[in-house]
Amino acid sequence: MDVTKFISKRSLLPGLLFLTLVVLATAPIYTGGYFVILASSVLLYIVLTVSWTIFSGPTGYISLASAAFFGVGIYASVILGEALPLPIAIFVGGLASFILALLVGALTLRLRGIYFAIFTFGLVELLLYFTLWWEVNITGTTGRVVPTLDNTIVYYVILLIFVLLMLTAYFIRHSKYGLALQSIGENEEAAAHTGINITALKIVTFAISAFFMGAAGAIMATRWTYIDPKIAFNPLLSFMPVLMAIFGGMGQLYGPVIGAAFFTLLKEYLTTTLAKYGLGELYMLIFGLVLVAALLYLPDGLVGLIQRLRRRYLGGQRVST
Amino acid sequence: MIVTILDVAIAGLLMGGIYALISMGLSLQYGVARVLNIAHGEFIMLGAFITWSLFSIFGINPLVSLAICGPIIFIIGFLLHRTLFTRLRISSPSLAVFEGNSMLAAFALLFIIQNVAILIWGAGIKSYTYLAFPVNIGGAVFAANRLVTLGFAIAIGVIFYIFLARTRLGKAIRAAAQDPVTAGLMGVNINRVLALCFGLGALMAGLGGSLISMMISIQPTMGLEYTVIALIVVVIGGLGSILGSFIGGFILGLVGSIVTYIEPGLAMVAYYLLFMLLLLAKPTGILGK
Repeated sequence: MDVTKFISKRSLLPGLLFLTLVVLATAPIYTGGYFVILASSVLLYIVLTVSWTIFSGPTGYISLASAAFFGVGIYASVILGEALPLPIAIFVGGLASFILALLVGALTLRLRGIYFAIFTFGLVELLLYFTLWWEVNITGTTGRVVPTLDNTIVYYVILLIFVLLMLTAYFIRHSKYGLALQSIGENEEAAAHTGINITALKIVTFAISAFFMGAAGAIMATRWTYIDPKIAFNPLLSFMPVLMAIFGGMGQLYGPVIGAAFFTLLKEYLTTTLAKYGLGELYMLIFGLVLVAALLYLPDGLVGLIQRLRRRYLGGQRVST
Repeated sequence: MIVTILDVAIAGLLMGGIYALISMGLSLQYGVARVLNIAHGEFIMLGAFITWSLFSIFGINPLVSLAICGPIIFIIGFLLHRTLFTRLRISSPSLAVFEGNSMLAAFALLFIIQNVAILIWGAGIKSYTYLAFPVNIGGAVFAANRLVTLGFAIAIGVIFYIFLARTRLGKAIRAAAQDPVTAGLMGVNINRVLALCFGLGALMAGLGGSLISMMISIQPTMGLEYTVIALIVVVIGGLGSILGSFIGGFILGLVGSIVTYIEPGLAMVAYYLLFMLLLLAKPTGILGK
């Protein structure tokens, strides 16, 4: 019997993924509460980064609207969370972001390159200042207290969102739509001439990516006990997915995942270590330095580095993952 | 009523002068060096903090500080472009890729500069008093420092414009903006001109920051707000149009002051709405091609 064939990559990879999933799903049983909280943060950033990559990776449109979709999800869940059961609140959070992305996409996706980045960045600030004004002048309060959920429930929900997102990302990537998105990124006009409805495709993909960000926002809102516009629409959350995706590398699906995991763990490590010296906020400085180094020396991110190393040590073997 | 209109108009012009100054810098950086400098506001913050330090530690007049602040920040900007952005420009396969990458690099600079500033000056709010006595203009009362600031902002803007329009170096910069490759063939040292533009952009931001510190209190996280305002102005004026940014700054200042008069909380919202509408209706700006 051919052993090498038996453990060949094709059967190994799904098996490995399944094993990882089983470990993640059973983790709360045999690990402490700290793991659950940390893992939820890691998964949150992975969800944001992978969602961002679904649209911006192949098309090359740099969206800085992640914080807007995330924040809309947060507010949907905060407003509806008391009246509706959790799954519906999360779905509504995702749906609200989905609809917002459809509108924004329909308006803006004809803007090219840098204009699109500026516009989406403006969207976050617009929502932030508008919500702030609304809360001060119309409802008369700033900030709301959110009913919290058990950490383990939050963990399972974000894990579920993560799994659904990865499946979606995988299917988009390996379908004709993924190919069409890729061709939009390479040459939009040529893509249009081959009969791809580029506008519809871009808008729908943008909205799908927004759906997951909104859903993530809806569940994460329950972990923070207090929400105000500055927390919900934090512009930093627009930049983090970009940073993480670039660092991880967008050439492969696992790139954004390891990029996000790396940065979240780095942040956790740095904040706890630096906090001892009263320098907790300085991790941003190190983030900046890492990003500069990544842009200069790792143009294809960690994925590119891994592939280069594999090519070097496995010789001329074709690398496929 | 007339006093109110005068009040609102002058307040708008006063703020507009600063907006115009910082936006011209950003416009130069994007228009020529092709760097959408998200860290622009951090140079403003640096200018403000250097001026504050010089005033509160050495007692140096803030207007004199302009002459100290400017060169320091120019050198920082120039060196950043020579090292970081030049490398990115060479390694990027296309202009679109460079624009994306350089924006991200600028974003990294935002983190770095802001946190270095927190290390040096601490995260707290700082302020000092300079020329704070009231001046009466036809019934409307303003602090003298605001008027001085406006005068300097306009003067710096005009000098800068004349520099670009009249000098040999200005001509090289404009040539590099139009067509870097051909400008290079005509003997323009393109890497140096681009670095010069980035440095000049930073200089304008630094001077803007110096002037801002005379009027309002400052803190290390103040930068992003001004970056956003400068971005809006640059889009209003047309990406890369220096004159457009100058005019756009005053337009935004006036809009801000009118909206603040009607509903104080909505100034930022109004800026964004104006900005988004303009991006949709005429993305090339009022003076763009």
